Amino acid sequence: MKLIFEKGSEGRKLSILGTCDVPVSLPEEQFLRKEAADLPQVSETEISRHYSALERRAHGVNNGFYPLGSCTMKYNPAIDEEMAALPGFTRIHPLQDEESTQGALEVLELMEKKLSAITGLDQFTFQPAAGAHGEFTGLLVIKSYHRDRRDNARTKIIVPDSAHGTNPASAAMCGYEVVNIPSAPDGCVDLDALRAAVGPDTAGLMLTNPNTVGIFDKNIEEITRIIHEAGGLCYYDGANLNAIMGIARPGDMGFDVMHINLHKTFATPHGGGGPGSGPVGVRKELGCFLPGVRPVRGEDGKLHLQAPEKSMGSMRSFIGNFLVVVKALTYVTMLGREGVLEASRNAVLNANYMRKQLEDIFPAAYPVTCMHEFVISLDELHKETGVSALDAAKALLDYGIHPPTMYFPLIVHEALMIEPTETETKETMDEAIQALREIYQKAHENPEALHQAPLKAAISRPDEVQAARKPRLTYGMDA
Amino acid sequence: MNIPEELKYTKSHEWVKECEDGTAYVGLTDFAQSELSDLVFVNLPEVGDDVEAGETFADVESVKAASDVYSPVTGTVAEINEELLDAPEKINEDPYGAWLVKVENITDTVDLLDCAAYEQLLEEEA
Amino acid sequence: MGTFVPGTPKEQQELLHAAGYRDFDDLFSVIPESVYLKSPLPLEEGKSELETEETISRIAEKNKVYRAIFRGAGAYDHYIPAIVKRVTTKETFLTAYTPYQAEISQGVLQSIFEYQTMICALTGMDVSNASVYDGATATAEAAELCVERKKTRVLISASVAPEVRKVVKTYAFGRDTDLQEIPVKDGKTDLEALKAMVGDETACVIIQQPNYYGLLENADEIGEIAHGVKAKFIMNCNPISLGVLKTPAECGADLAVGEGQPLGMPLGFGGPYLGYMASTKALMRKLPGRIVGETVDTEGRRAYVLTLQAREQHIKRERASSNICSNEALCALTAAVYLAAMGPDGLKEAATQCYSKAHYLQQGLEAAGLKKAYDGPFFHEFVTVSENSAQLLKKLEEAGILGGLLLDETHILWCATEKNTKDQMDEVICLAKELQKGGEKA
Repeated sequence: MKLIFEKGSEGRKLSILGTCDVPVSLPEEQFLRKEAADLPQVSETEISRHYSALERRAHGVNNGFYPLGSCTMKYNPAIDEEMAALPGFTRIHPLQDEESTQGALEVLELMEKKLSAITGLDQFTFQPAAGAHGEFTGLLVIKSYHRDRRDNARTKIIVPDSAHGTNPASAAMCGYEVVNIPSAPDGCVDLDALRAAVGPDTAGLMLTNPNTVGIFDKNIEEITRIIHEAGGLCYYDGANLNAIMGIARPGDMGFDVMHINLHKTFATPHGGGGPGSGPVGVRKELGCFLPGVRPVRGEDGKLHLQAPEKSMGSMRSFIGNFLVVVKALTYVTMLGREGVLEASRNAVLNANYMRKQLEDIFPAAYPVTCMHEFVISLDELHKETGVSALDAAKALLDYGIHPPTMYFPLIVHEALMIEPTETETKETMDEAIQALREIYQKAHENPEALHQAPLKAAISRPDEVQAARKPRLTYGMDA
Repeated sequence: MNIPEELKYTKSHEWVKECEDGTAYVGLTDFAQSELSDLVFVNLPEVGDDVEAGETFADVESVKAASDVYSPVTGTVAEINEELLDAPEKINEDPYGAWLVKVENITDTVDLLDCAAYEQLLEEEA
Repeated sequence: MGTFVPGTPKEQQELLHAAGYRDFDDLFSVIPESVYLKSPLPLEEGKSELETEETISRIAEKNKVYRAIFRGAGAYDHYIPAIVKRVTTKETFLTAYTPYQAEISQGVLQSIFEYQTMICALTGMDVSNASVYDGATATAEAAELCVERKKTRVLISASVAPEVRKVVKTYAFGRDTDLQEIPVKDGKTDLEALKAMVGDETACVIIQQPNYYGLLENADEIGEIAHGVKAKFIMNCNPISLGVLKTPAECGADLAVGEGQPLGMPLGFGGPYLGYMASTKALMRKLPGRIVGETVDTEGRRAYVLTLQAREQHIKRERASSNICSNEALCALTAAVYLAAMGPDGLKEAATQCYSKAHYLQQGLEAAGLKKAYDGPFFHEFVTVSENSAQLLKKLEEAGILGGLLLDETHILWCATEKNTKDQMDEVICLAKELQKGGEKA
């Protein structure tokens, strides 16, 4: 379809602003741009149709099943959007005084209390705008903690080989050396390797639990004990929190710092890639290092913003992605204590149901009870038929299903990571199971056809090599 | 897998062609290019830069991977293969023709393998 | 209790049995006994949608919504065309995730490609990424990508907004980057001081245009000083101002970054906002975050994909220069729809009105005894000096007007946008005059 720059005509425009009601003036010539910005010149009708056409060429949770492992693509409730659009939230300036923003500060206070109840950690910052940003923030808490104790020998962060790429990248942004430790055959942390890796240079550990193959690490308390005994701190990557709300708490497992992806666990929409919100929680003793300002209720009963005593500084302007926090607060207020438990229970139930139903054709890489997601390996199918995880994923597109996460974690060959979430019906999961069965059959009968998939999507497979070799990143850029 | 006899190799899959004038050409082996698949970008040092044996001096990218290239020798970059900057696919098409850099003033080298030893290494890694 | 679980208790039981479990305790028996929760979480009981709506609305009502806003300092109150809200609340745009599967994500990918193109049109730069978190983190990411083995020091002007400087400083704490502030003279970057500070080790020089005090910096000259020592020149620009002001490209910038919030995003108490980030082609492969590129599909049809991914954390892991994954895609879409709705003329008009109204307000306040703190051209923000600053703001507050930001006892940082009417400004000026007269009488 046409780009918006290929629509419209010279001089066509909308009627947004009126005539200026004060004398018009402009800066001196030397400060002015030579030509007006080359923006689209279109009518409102054209804008409306253009974006409606783009919407039809996209896939959201509203369009169909979205079992994208590790991304928790659950349904995003309509009421959350409505609350975040209230003028009392959208029309307040971040630099208004406390007196006039008591409601906004109450949102943060309430959300902190609820997150604290769910995770077992004490204090939160809402500045981080996404999960990776939360990791960065959390590791800076760890760095601040060691610096504060003048323990400058702690230069290493331990990360399991199954970790999300953001973990080692975040550690590097904090100047830490990354020590990768292998997973044991059961997919959990290899305790011997961990014991061998720790020492006086250990700043901390970053762990995703349930881990990236969907397993709750049975040695979780031993892991945090090993790190603490070595003098390090434990960071909990909360990407998979949706599995354990009301079931187990990172704080009780011995973790000191964690981030939460509100856009996963707390149902705020992903927006085509963002905005998210990645609040970071810490134990009380580490609260003094958090970035930005926090609302604290004073003796006057009012909320006041305070910068923590030894704050690391600021991770983002102002308070963070506030309106996302409003959505998450709406969600968790509605669910309450029984609702969050029911959400996690069913997220785990659905994953195990699908795992079990697929067992005969696509056995899980680790054939045990999983948490909210599981990983299948198509390595055998690939060797037998030449049909790869990529082919199977592309074939799912023709069923109107968003494929699972592909080729992650790296420790499983030809991996597909499936996370159904709790908001899907049995019928939807059964359809997906049926689709995967058909793909399995086709792989044996006519593998060639699967290399061509998808057939019904807006485009067939794109040439990614050309895109990267001769980058064309804007309309009009010479490749 | 093509492994020309006249070249020397590293364990990290670079090849070296030692010239009579004491300079050397360095490139990526056939095995390296096939593991990386379609290369989309090559980042080369500048002429005059010092390179050190066993240390990274360039990097190459495919769509799904980024990989460092390690120098087999210590010396100074005398020439770079500018053609690759616009056409990294040349490494896929002709790995032993598509040299990355020419190094001069060579003072040290890593332990280099001959053709047979490199072939054996590939068999072991397979 | 509210829930979004569709399965009835009976259905849940069926699934449990089909999966081979007796009940939920059986399902969760893999969790070590010692951490398995035995009592309910200390949360309130859940609520219905109606009850929730009442609860949250009541909280929203505790915030004061002003009928006119004259405060900027990093977050700006601009008019948001109605079509922007209609497009950006489309459910598919809202609920999709990152367009990893290009074949069913062409809509999202194309919208980002168009956004990248518009950011380049606005800034004059060659390439743009798909967004980062906000203007402050965009500046911090830009600074970090300039740091190399022999280029280790980052110089940032003290006339860059404090909210931005704080973030740059905290990011620098991460990698232990050497960061120094260039002093301010008369509200602007001190060029003589800058000249004395730059050297071979300078990685980049960062300024804000218009700067925190609203003043226009001598960007070209600062760029020349930076380039004189082979340092990169980073400009943090207000995107609305670029409707009329010289582009960062015209000023010689290597990187243009900034806060995209003015492009159609509400104030929202600070977010979500939009970090835009554009560069010269030379720095293309160093940009952090996602980038969309054009290519063709197997049948030769034009198509869009996430590209140059070898830069990113999921491939480079600890060698990646940034860890960013989720960005602000929906805000980028918002900016793109805003820019399409405004068009070249509309954006120029918005910028012109911002400028004109700020100058009208400044002159009026000057007449009411609020002196301009700094000479020199300014855009839509300016600083005044007066003894009665705090009282004036209080009076405005009582009248339902959010005045400028009090910087210290005597200084106020004001902002006017196209949304502020002459009547509103006259009201502010009038209140200022009344206060002045009252002061004279006393």
